[in-house]
Amino acid sequence: MDAKIETKNLNLYYGDYHSLKGVNIAIPPRSITAIIGPSGCGKSTLLRCFNRMNELIPGVIIEGEILLDGENIHQQGTDLIRLRRRVGMVFQRPNPFPLSIADNITYGLRVHGTPPGQKHSDIVENSLRATLLWEEVKDKLHSPALALSPEQQQRLCISRVLAIEPEILLMDEPCSALDPIATDHIEDLMRDLSESYTIIIVTHNMQQASRVSSWSAFMLMGELIEFGPTVRIFNNPRDKRTEAYISGRYG
Amino acid sequence: MKRISPAITQLIAVGCLWTFTLLTLSILLFIIAYILIQGLPWLSWEFLSQAPESMGRRGGIFPMIVGTFMVAGLAVLIAAPIGIATAVYLTEYTREGKFTFIVRFGADCLAGIPSIIYGLFGFVFFAIALGMGLSVISGALTLTLMILPTIVRTAEEAIRAVPPAYREASYGLGSTRWQMVTRVVLPLALPGICTGIVLSLGRSISETAAVMLTAGSALRMPHSLSDSTRTLALHFYILSREGLSMDKAYATASVLILLILALNLFAYWLMRQVTRRNG
Repeated sequence: MDAKIETKNLNLYYGDYHSLKGVNIAIPPRSITAIIGPSGCGKSTLLRCFNRMNELIPGVIIEGEILLDGENIHQQGTDLIRLRRRVGMVFQRPNPFPLSIADNITYGLRVHGTPPGQKHSDIVENSLRATLLWEEVKDKLHSPALALSPEQQQRLCISRVLAIEPEILLMDEPCSALDPIATDHIEDLMRDLSESYTIIIVTHNMQQASRVSSWSAFMLMGELIEFGPTVRIFNNPRDKRTEAYISGRYG
Repeated sequence: MKRISPAITQLIAVGCLWTFTLLTLSILLFIIAYILIQGLPWLSWEFLSQAPESMGRRGGIFPMIVGTFMVAGLAVLIAAPIGIATAVYLTEYTREGKFTFIVRFGADCLAGIPSIIYGLFGFVFFAIALGMGLSVISGALTLTLMILPTIVRTAEEAIRAVPPAYREASYGLGSTRWQMVTRVVLPLALPGICTGIVLSLGRSISETAAVMLTAGSALRMPHSLSDSTRTLALHFYILSREGLSMDKAYATASVLILLILALNLFAYWLMRQVTRRNG
């Protein structure tokens, strides 16, 4: 199976700090890949390489290749706006804009110049349906998004990304600000979405990784230690360090 | 020496803090009350709407009201876009370094310069060197220089207070930096930016020394930007200093105080809008 997005000998430095060390990973399409590892292992940094969000931080140096459908996203002339449209991101804390629900969904469309009109309202409805939020908010599309519950806000943030029709969804600990029931709901949603999107999730929660993902990558101190089917990683890890982390001996 | 019990120290401390706070408040109230009591009885529609006669001994202050708003309004109109642009550049378009340090340090120094120095500079530069003479435009440009640092710094604070999560969300959806600034950051920072602008307007309205040397002290109604005019604060100064009419002086001062009070209340109201939205 061809990888949707893959890294080749990816190195990343924050100034003098070597944050990602020669990472090679090939993410399969239309599935959920979990990146696990202790705090500071570089898993969020790796995630943010895929839509080039690390470049907002001063002093970052990136070496190596990242291929999206076989094309290097670092090569000259890469359209950063188009890249971020194809590789959408959901953040740790729900961060809807302090706008109405509908305006949050159409934000991406508006910055990309899709003219408003019937198309916008269709996209609003479809994106909200995709995250099962439609029934709850269809009568208050023009009320403030910040009045929603944290779970609804996170669903809205996912809808907001879906509205720009990405191919890959990057999720950076999307449930860490949610309670267990809301977490359960978001995980169900991720399973549904993985039929049409390539999802990469960073999580601290190993149960979550084993519940939701089909592929798992274990990282430690900037290195990718092991990558494989989640069932195998969790039941039969090949590396001692993976085994130690999964059995809860550190991290 | 016997140790005083912490409970008593606490009592003394609270007592002192309370007394000094009350002192501050009463000084402020005393000044405002004194001027209003002296001035309000002379305040009337005629006073507000008529031109002065006999150097201001009789008649009203209408030309001064117009002049004040022309000079201060124009100053804010010029300073606000420049100040906001500078603040956006400093916060969103450049990284912290020597350059931003110098700009910020410079702005803070400029904010501390006495206004008479601005007046002198404006007189030499705008009025004489650029040949603008004593005029509304000379006064306005001088005030622009004076309030620019305040507008830059307050706008910067307001922009910095916008949570970084919104910037990430906007970038994550593929917006350009400019789209992020105009669609997310500036709307959220607007109340804070406006507060700075309103406070600067208040400062421009109450300024005396800087406009005396640049806008002049003409009593007649200013009809164009190159006419000389006399602002309310300066009118008060001349009325009392020349002993023309203390009643008219206090009435003018009352108008000024009420104006500034209204502006500050408006600024506070704007500030509340910010905290309510972020809270």
